[in-house]
Amino acid sequence: MTSARAVSLVAKREFVMKVRTRSFLIGTAVIIAVLAGYVVLQSVLFDDQQHSVVGLSGQATQLADPLRDKAKAFGIEVETRDVTTAGDAEQQVRDGSLDALVTGAPPELKMIVKGSGDEVLATALNDVLRQQVLTAKLAEAGINPQEVAQSLANARVAVTALEPVDPQRGQRLAIGLIVAALLYYSLLVYGTMVAQGVVEEKSSRVVEILLATVRPWQLLLGKVIGLGAVGLLQLLVISTVGLGLSSAFDVIDVGTLGGAALLTGVLWYLLGFFLYATVFAAAASLVSRQEELQSVLTPISMTIIVAFVAGINLMIGNPSGTTVTVLSMLPPFAPILMPGRMALGVAPAWQVLLAVVLALLAIAAITWLGGKVYANAVLRTGARVKLREALRL
Amino acid sequence: MPEGVLEIDRISKRYGEVVALRDMSFDVRAGELFGFVGSNGAGKTTAMRIALGVLAADSGEVRWNGRAVDLDTRRRIGYMPEERGLYPRMKVLDQLVYLAELHGMGTNEAHTSAENWIARLGLRDRRTDEVQRLSLGNQQRVQLAAALVHEPDVLVLDEPFSGLDPVAVDVMSQVLREKASAGVPVVFSSHQLDLVERLCDRVGIVSAGSMVATGTVDELRSSGEARLVVESPTTEWAATLGGVRVIEKNGTRCVLELADGVDDQAVLHAALSAGPVHEFSRQRPSLTELFRNVVTIEGRSA
Repeated sequence: MTSARAVSLVAKREFVMKVRTRSFLIGTAVIIAVLAGYVVLQSVLFDDQQHSVVGLSGQATQLADPLRDKAKAFGIEVETRDVTTAGDAEQQVRDGSLDALVTGAPPELKMIVKGSGDEVLATALNDVLRQQVLTAKLAEAGINPQEVAQSLANARVAVTALEPVDPQRGQRLAIGLIVAALLYYSLLVYGTMVAQGVVEEKSSRVVEILLATVRPWQLLLGKVIGLGAVGLLQLLVISTVGLGLSSAFDVIDVGTLGGAALLTGVLWYLLGFFLYATVFAAAASLVSRQEELQSVLTPISMTIIVAFVAGINLMIGNPSGTTVTVLSMLPPFAPILMPGRMALGVAPAWQVLLAVVLALLAIAAITWLGGKVYANAVLRTGARVKLREALRL
Repeated sequence: MPEGVLEIDRISKRYGEVVALRDMSFDVRAGELFGFVGSNGAGKTTAMRIALGVLAADSGEVRWNGRAVDLDTRRRIGYMPEERGLYPRMKVLDQLVYLAELHGMGTNEAHTSAENWIARLGLRDRRTDEVQRLSLGNQQRVQLAAALVHEPDVLVLDEPFSGLDPVAVDVMSQVLREKASAGVPVVFSSHQLDLVERLCDRVGIVSAGSMVATGTVDELRSSGEARLVVESPTTEWAATLGGVRVIEKNGTRCVLELADGVDDQAVLHAALSAGPVHEFSRQRPSLTELFRNVVTIEGRSA
């Protein structure tokens, strides 16, 4: 039997066993539900901010078209409604079904709002009124209002930004955070799963039968690949559903940003998983019972948690800061921070490349070392094996 | 048809200061049931684990058909470890198929063989149950099936009879016999000496990490000092004979131990000249007594 066959048999078992479990199905469903809830909430909030309903009464109704156009130029969506009785309309403003009510005859208009009025809406309305007054006066003076409007439109400052602000910055930040959060979750959950699998084999002693026919590294590699594939499957399902929802609700520009984020996410998941899974497995091979597992896993989990929490805070503050930049290239932190910075568009190619190379080197070293610890410790049941002993043997 | 011999050649193993095995040697031939007995901690399990490669020996070699055992030949061994081990949450059939595949069988062949052993060991009703839901006895049967499912060329079983009910003991004995008659060398350890005595072609007694006696049960029993059981009214005559010691006296019945070279016929003559003899027989030690002897001697010398 070839090594490839042995590894693939082990990997297949791990994959099939895990994907069939109730916890995997429920876990995936819960994450998707949370994600969907978030997207829907976002889109509702988004809509609410950008969308106002304005009631127009009496002569003000003639302002409907110019008001909509002007508002659009300001970046807000205005829906206008003609109202007949001002009293009813006022009640509607009070209960929130109208955002504002405009009454009176131009140029003397009144706007009624519930609490604080929408300033953008008021400005838009003022502009529309001034325009109308201006047009009327120009017509009185015998000047063609269209020509004036043309000249006015041409008179403007050309702005050159030395450091242009990315109009998609908000979206990029959101994607960066989501990618980092998903990777954090996947590494922690699937790393722990590898550890639990190792201890299960050890505590049930089945490992002795297995190692009579496969080599320790084949068992370890099969386990890492099998569970890594489960994690990848979950990551892809979640991302696909997430991107689909986002595009359906117009929360994120999926085409460009989302696709790229998915790709970097998958790349860094693979690098991160191979980096951490072997460490998780080696640590787990030191103990013989699930109850003892937490104590050996804590230092590893803490590294991932610190990378996530500290990294996210630094990244929101200044994604190009020295600390974040350096951390995002170091192997233990790179799988969480680098994809975030890549999604933000602040990581130059050389930094990404350096991070990938360092991660690959670390994987090679960790796999060798972790494989050694695992092979030495996995058959020693009973008391916890000291790391020093496992390395020395 | 496997025709080989499994040889354990002078293997030694120490754990720090503790010597677990000291130049242990024995061989198991094709078609032979070899019983491996010894007190707890004598080194039986260590020897078996070394044979399976799950433990490395400090020195010595394990050979199959004259060649040192490597991973490929090891795959042809059926192994039942002392600490039973199966995936608790895996179904019986899936588990056996998986183990058969890991031992080099193709998927179809693995399925056929797994179903075969499930039926053979009376597990058909439980084939899609998780192992952890099975009774301990049934788990043992699955464990045996796990050792047999890849149709091994050699069987190495550590305490296969412990925890079995009498019916399962019969099934197990029958399966082992069958395997042996098919030409498979079978070695198993056990504390149930009566069972070993009944079942095994040859027995090895281990003490303090070394093999202290090997041979057929008959050979072992006729070795050692000769003992005679004599029933006659008096025993004073025995004291007059050189090389004879009375080790037990019970009314008119006594047990005599003869030193090497003492003729039992001379003893009979002496007894007859002293009075009527109602019983005169050679007492052969049971395996249990032999075992106790060996272990206590070793214990004293250690």
